[in-house]
Amino acid sequence: MNLHEYQSKIRFSEFDIPIPKGKVARSPQEAYEIAKELGGPVVVKAQVLTGGRGKAGGVKLAQTPEEAQQRADEILGMDIKGHKVLRVLIDQASEIKTEIYLGVTNDRAARQPLIMASAEGGMDIEEVNRVSPDKIVREHIDPFLGLRDYQIRNLAYGIELPRELWKQMMQIARGLYRCYVESDATLAEINPLIIDGSGNLLAVDGKMSIDDSALYRHPGLAELRDTSAEPAAETQARAAGLSYVKLDGEIGCMVNGAGLAMATMDMTKLFGGSPANFLDIGGGAKADKVAAALRIILADPNVKAVLFNIFGGITRCDEVAMGILTALDEVRVDLPMVVRLVGTNEEEGRRLIDEAKIPHMVSAATLADAAQKAVAAARSA
Amino acid sequence: MSILANKDTKVLIQGITGREGLFHTEQMIEYGTDVVGGVTPGKGGEWVLGKPVFDTVKAAREATGANASVIYVPAAFAVDAMYEAIDAEIELIVCITEGIPVLDMMKVRARLDHSSSRLVGPNCPGLLTPDHAKLGIMPGHIATPGNVGVVSRSGTLTYEVVYALTQRGIGQTTCVGIGGDPVNGTSFIDVLQMFEDDPETERVVMIGEIGGTDEEKAASYIAAHMTKPVVAFIAGQTAPPGKRMGHAGAIVEGGSGTAADKIAALNAAGVKVAEHPEQIPDLL
Repeated sequence: MNLHEYQSKIRFSEFDIPIPKGKVARSPQEAYEIAKELGGPVVVKAQVLTGGRGKAGGVKLAQTPEEAQQRADEILGMDIKGHKVLRVLIDQASEIKTEIYLGVTNDRAARQPLIMASAEGGMDIEEVNRVSPDKIVREHIDPFLGLRDYQIRNLAYGIELPRELWKQMMQIARGLYRCYVESDATLAEINPLIIDGSGNLLAVDGKMSIDDSALYRHPGLAELRDTSAEPAAETQARAAGLSYVKLDGEIGCMVNGAGLAMATMDMTKLFGGSPANFLDIGGGAKADKVAAALRIILADPNVKAVLFNIFGGITRCDEVAMGILTALDEVRVDLPMVVRLVGTNEEEGRRLIDEAKIPHMVSAATLADAAQKAVAAARSA
Repeated sequence: MSILANKDTKVLIQGITGREGLFHTEQMIEYGTDVVGGVTPGKGGEWVLGKPVFDTVKAAREATGANASVIYVPAAFAVDAMYEAIDAEIELIVCITEGIPVLDMMKVRARLDHSSSRLVGPNCPGLLTPDHAKLGIMPGHIATPGNVGVVSRSGTLTYEVVYALTQRGIGQTTCVGIGGDPVNGTSFIDVLQMFEDDPETERVVMIGEIGGTDEEKAASYIAAHMTKPVVAFIAGQTAPPGKRMGHAGAIVEGGSGTAADKIAALNAAGVKVAEHPEQIPDLL
């Protein structure tokens, strides 16, 4: 789960990281009030969960409250890569002498947290890593020892941070690591961390991603989830306990298991079609879950055929077949459907499906057979 | 021969009295696995499925001589269960539980490095040595003994492949699901090395998916150290970047972890990569 800039910065400030004074506005009028309260020039920043908002015109400087109102009016409602701007952050503008990058993330390969600093702040760190990886100073962190002070000195030395700022850097890096750990973050990043007009370090932009598996122990963070930019179907699927990702193809896929769901999507592509979604209904596949999944798939207007691919391991195919049939009583499907049931009690499962004589439904024996039939059905639909 | 477990492996079940634990313990016993007991704090002294229940792993190990443990406890308690098994010096720990936070797993990994235990998982189907033992939730009837080793990051996709092999008369030495999380206990390389060293395993099937760089590392390992032929399949070629595809670890981030990169690395290492799972038996 990704946090907005303003949410990340509020979280940072709880860990002794200095951030600019600012507030979120949902209307131009609110932007005016906030700018007036802050006094002096402000930055009006679109709050969207995607990158590249600066280039899209989503970040503007304003000298007066009237101008802030004007800028907010322009930015609110703007579409940035499919994300509608619903909020702007009004921050006190800072004079920027230097831009630094400081971030903590999970290094999967090293199986340890990694803290990184770079003198090339303000740029996308992945881009810096691609163009000049030597400009990034990296320190792996032993999760039991935590971030040690000498490691922060290594970072400060590595990016040639003026020595008079090392004490501030110490406080900020310690805070950022604590923030990462105590939020169960997979990323906590300050970019840029600036040296401002008065020669102090200030976190003017920030980003955090939280580990979805850890949200159960951070109810406060879980509440910060913004679902406005994700497809409604993904929000509904999460509520139904399903794992769903919308894609732009025409074959709706319903599969048990994440790996098999991906393989099924790939198969439709291999045979000349394209998947409309990733959908893992998980183990068991009870009728209510199948029905919820069917509703989500059918709500996508691009879907021209539905492919069920169920491998009955511990789950029995006859139970799944009954689940599908019960779901079809609740949800009307006019599209062609291809059902592949394989594994435990597959004959019984297939017999149930065949005997129900559902219009537009055919069964398939192998994964290849199922994918080919679904592609053909979607084409002729 | 086989790897990791056989009919002599003495298995404990952590969470034996829970709904999942009880169901799968029964299946494991039915398959012939030597389940010697279970652990549920607060239920020590009870018996389930004819097996003794203990309050702690240490007590269970002392009483039964168990050398392996399968963990079925809910995510919020699974981390403690893993530490407890490591502390009791259980040699092989299989954690089926899904949804364990990454930061916790990084600590478990660090602890494992200073222990004599091996962890398979978490978020995995476990492992199965046909006709000997199954530690986890893989359906027993889809596998048959033979000389192909199977290692996979997935669950049902593994079953699909094992089933396809069995249907074509190709048996397996051991099938290992290492799990779909970003940080896990056993990597592809660990299992590939075991298969390379196992005299009975003649060929290996490796099933990977998008996310991380474990498949690329495995490719380098295969090129440098494996004499046995390896056939691979990578799931997620049509997965969009930045989206988690069910498994916490299955996500293309910052341009790395794509299926195309993994397939290219494997091809370069001389590994035949199947276009779809049902093609694997042909490539063997």
